[in-house]
Amino acid sequence: MEKVIDEFDKDQRELIHLLHEIQKQFGYIPAHMISQIARQLKISESEIFGVLTFYKAFTLKPRGKHLITICMGTACHVRGAPKILDEFKRELSIEPGETSGDNLFTLETVNCVGACALGPIVIINGDYHGQMKTREVDKLIKICRQKNGKR
Amino acid sequence: MDEFDTSELDKIRAEVSESQMKQKTCITICGGTGCHAYGCLKVAEAFKEEIKRQNLQNKVDVRTTGCHGFCERGPIVVIQPEGIFYQRIQLNDIKEVISETIINKKILDRLLYIDPRTEEKIVYEKDVPFYKKQERIIFGNNGFIDPTDIKDYIALDGFKALVKVLFDMTSEEVIDEIKASGLRGRGGAGFPTGKKWEICRKENSEKKYIICNADEGDPGAYMDRSLLEGNPCCVIEGMIIGAYAIGASQGFIYVRMEYPLAVKNVTLAIEQAKKLGLLGKSILGSEFQFDIHIFKGAGAFVSGEETSLMASIEGRRAFPRQRPPFPAQEGLWGKPTNINNVETWANVPLIINKGAEWYSQIGTKKSKGTKIFSLVGKINNTGLVEVPMGIKLKEIIYDIGGGIKDNKKFKAVQTGGPSGGCIPADKLDLPIDFDTLTKAGSMMGSGGMIVVDEDTCMVDIARYFLEFSQEESCGKCVPCRVGTKQLVEILTHITRGEGVEEDIKKLKDLAKSVKEGSLCGLGQTAPNPVLTTIRYFRDEYEAHIKEKSCPALVCKDLIVYNIEPEKCVGCLLCLKSCPVGAITGERKKVHIINQELCIKCGVCFEVCPPKVAAVSKYTGKKRDRILKKDLKQRVKE
Ligand SMILES: Cc1cc2nc3c(=O)[nH]c(=O)nc-3n(C[C@H](O)[C@H](O)[C@H](O)COP(=O)(O)O)c2cc1C
Ligand code: FES
Repeated sequence: MEKVIDEFDKDQRELIHLLHEIQKQFGYIPAHMISQIARQLKISESEIFGVLTFYKAFTLKPRGKHLITICMGTACHVRGAPKILDEFKRELSIEPGETSGDNLFTLETVNCVGACALGPIVIINGDYHGQMKTREVDKLIKICRQKNGKR
Repeated sequence: MDEFDTSELDKIRAEVSESQMKQKTCITICGGTGCHAYGCLKVAEAFKEEIKRQNLQNKVDVRTTGCHGFCERGPIVVIQPEGIFYQRIQLNDIKEVISETIINKKILDRLLYIDPRTEEKIVYEKDVPFYKKQERIIFGNNGFIDPTDIKDYIALDGFKALVKVLFDMTSEEVIDEIKASGLRGRGGAGFPTGKKWEICRKENSEKKYIICNADEGDPGAYMDRSLLEGNPCCVIEGMIIGAYAIGASQGFIYVRMEYPLAVKNVTLAIEQAKKLGLLGKSILGSEFQFDIHIFKGAGAFVSGEETSLMASIEGRRAFPRQRPPFPAQEGLWGKPTNINNVETWANVPLIINKGAEWYSQIGTKKSKGTKIFSLVGKINNTGLVEVPMGIKLKEIIYDIGGGIKDNKKFKAVQTGGPSGGCIPADKLDLPIDFDTLTKAGSMMGSGGMIVVDEDTCMVDIARYFLEFSQEESCGKCVPCRVGTKQLVEILTHITRGEGVEEDIKKLKDLAKSVKEGSLCGLGQTAPNPVLTTIRYFRDEYEAHIKEKSCPALVCKDLIVYNIEPEKCVGCLLCLKSCPVGAITGERKKVHIINQELCIKCGVCFEVCPPKVAAVSKYTGKKRDRILKKDLKQRVKE
């Protein structure tokens, strides 16, 4: 953990790079790392906390095993994305930004991933599912659950 | 020394063209994010394997290129040099493409694009109507270049403009050329680029910076991504030329984190450019030195605004600040900084190569050159289109876009994203440029063009954009933070059927004070979608408020789903698919929706076979009648 932080210059301009790196390696920003970052970059913890919570890329809580991201960009919106989101919310009983109680699913939204021709788009663990239909939601969730059962 | 280094570029050009001559045929596969999602990587791999299997490696080359723009039809394959255009290619087509088209020179009919209007099959890329009216002077090279190999760009005369600038032009001459071209910034406001450079040039400072704004926040626009991803070197070349003109020694490319492929390709391109001496100390043997760093955004729309963007690069929260001082005076770390959009930078090498005079002949009097639009929404040919400024909206939507999906009726097009507005059907003859769009109440923005049809509710669209702006408001200034929130609240009430008659006036007054009181462009433009929808679609607002009805049948709280007894064949499909068990019935008997249980997810509407089409949506008085009947039914039970 310290190694990740040590590789960065002692300067505020590295803060966002560093947070990206930690987020990538751990899947979230562990709260106890904030004081270490503060020491390394010579800035206050509250400044780091401010930056951390300002940007959507960083989370203070770990995400679930399966990350479901629903595009809510305009192109996807006019092609029915809100209905798809509603269905995911209902099936998983969570709101965007939340993780299910069993830690299996995290639901997130994004504004346009630049694949508008395929809208509405859902990205599950990095795989793009285009031209989504409401009735396909349940199938996708089942596939994720099955994958987990096998492991 | 300088001679040696520029001749290196010529050597690469000769090498590449020689190897391309040898390999007469080249299968190019679109590798943009859109086609990635369709599985183009597997297609490319399969082509390579098949070519190996048939021992054709010396005759046929496979190249994964940048985005061709016609995302609707992906994965797209173009066979060069003929330009044979195959669309929606699947893995099981590949063997036949090789054995029939490549070896026997026979066209595979089933892979051709069919013009939906004439039902004619089209063989060559250049004849596809989607491309015909376009003028792809910036975006066109994407289809020929493997963005992971700088040599491809060099072979297409890449970095020629840079050589010309470094060895034959002074900084002032470069700025004069850009000024004469009439180029205006493609990031939104359309500020004259040459003038901006000149202001920064004249600042007295040892250190200056330039920035490429690739934050592309407009949800529904992706031309910047496609340029950076598909032809990163042309953006880099533009930046080096700009840095030379301005006297900057360091540059930043600020990319959205939602664009992993763009980050990857541009990082690679910078590495390759460094190796060839195109970046770094003494570029191409000249005295000029310049370097580019990549900065990955962290998911905040406001960071696309120039002062916020700089705060973000400095490692702080992306709060905008008052201007002046402008970035050209006090930018990154207080130093003079010039910031331009991706597409703006991409125009620069072309202007230097072909000259301002040539460039300024394209476009209208005050808007020169071309603009790339992302044509999305309810349109047949979704994709990126590059057209000369001044083209009519009609031509974009019907000639290039192929008209509205499923033969529905065109309602409006939203330009400029959350900062823009909608343009209704009676303005289809509008020639599109910076000034005409502003006059119509909208704006160019970054070039998003979202087409909506009769099934789109304009109040819902206004609410969507306001909700977006409200969520993305950084909260620093009150008019934006509180004002957008109130606008969303009123709009939400209206879409729920809780609106009252004064609401329209309230919306207009609030919009005005948010526009006037906000600190940065986000708040100053956020009310535009409300104002234009009221201006052009007031009747829809009134229907929601007075009749509690949503004419487009979108607003959930104002509609019901109903199964038409005379159409229902009793197939059980909807009954089985309903996630909440709200539908009752038996095989071959009419099914009924229990309105109390119904959550209006629309699955029954989706699954009912089009031939049967027994599920309908109703609003207004008809909705009330159905609800009443439903209530009676349940009381009886
Ligand atoms: C809220 C807001 C968001 C913006 N987002 C972007 C963006 O994503 N990309 C961009 O190039 N410009 C964006 N701009 C405009 C920039 O502030 C700036 O004007 C632009 O990058 C200048 O480049 P240009 O002169 O080449 O157009 C945004 C402005 C505002 C107010
Ligand atoms: S709006 Fe969803 S990918 Fe662009």
